[in-house]
Amino acid sequence: MHFFRLSRAAERSMEINAFASPRVSIRADDFDVSTEVEMLRARDPRVGAVCCFVGTVRDRNAGQPGEVSSMELEHYPGMTEKALEAMIDEARRRFDICGVRVIHRIGLLKPLDQIVLVAVTSAQRGQSFQACEFLMDYLKTQAPFWKKEQTPEGERWVDARVTDDAALARWGIKASNVD
Amino acid sequence: MRVTIKYFASIREAIGVSSESVETRAATLAALRDELIATGGGRGESLAHGQAVRMALNQVMSDESAMLIEGAEVAFFPPVTGG
Repeated sequence: MHFFRLSRAAERSMEINAFASPRVSIRADDFDVSTEVEMLRARDPRVGAVCCFVGTVRDRNAGQPGEVSSMELEHYPGMTEKALEAMIDEARRRFDICGVRVIHRIGLLKPLDQIVLVAVTSAQRGQSFQACEFLMDYLKTQAPFWKKEQTPEGERWVDARVTDDAALARWGIKASNVD
Repeated sequence: MRVTIKYFASIREAIGVSSESVETRAATLAALRDELIATGGGRGESLAHGQAVRMALNQVMSDESAMLIEGAEVAFFPPVTGG
């Protein structure tokens, strides 16, 4: 393992950056990917790779195209932020990454809307690609969010998927989200 | 001891409240769940064994064997579906 010291100026700018941009945001408002990426990598010359995942609302789930007219996202205020912070800490232990930004929207969303952003920076692409996938796999089964879809047949809660537990299991974490 | 219980999503809807304070003798989350099931109604139905119920103790995902403590915040909810 190699250790190297950052210059005083670089350390200072990273501290400023950390305050300007907290790692987790849970909110109703939309986000702009370009702005988020710009803030995440600002004044951090270690970064050579940025990997982003954006999850969006589909107009279908298990059923017919066009049947989902909107979606309500509920969460557990307090626990959500803790779970996502813990998830980012775990990603930082596992991967050699520089910065992480996670935004998850709540409230009423419509097809085509953005739901979630996971953005990761690293020196080389491999670590940010892996960390980004790890973070999403973790979020899907461990962060307390619930989706309710509105369809012509009425409202229905979205079922958790066994495949999401399997996705997290690949990283050596046994998830039991789906009983 | 007294604990605060929070319910979310389909379980919150079935029970009709999002939060309540209860006096309990339960030592574990499993025992607390059994006490709630025994009260019947929405609690009995939505928390019944065989239903997919996940639990958190003081805002951390926990399994049924977790020990309750005075003033704890317990949450019952269905499998999560974010992202």
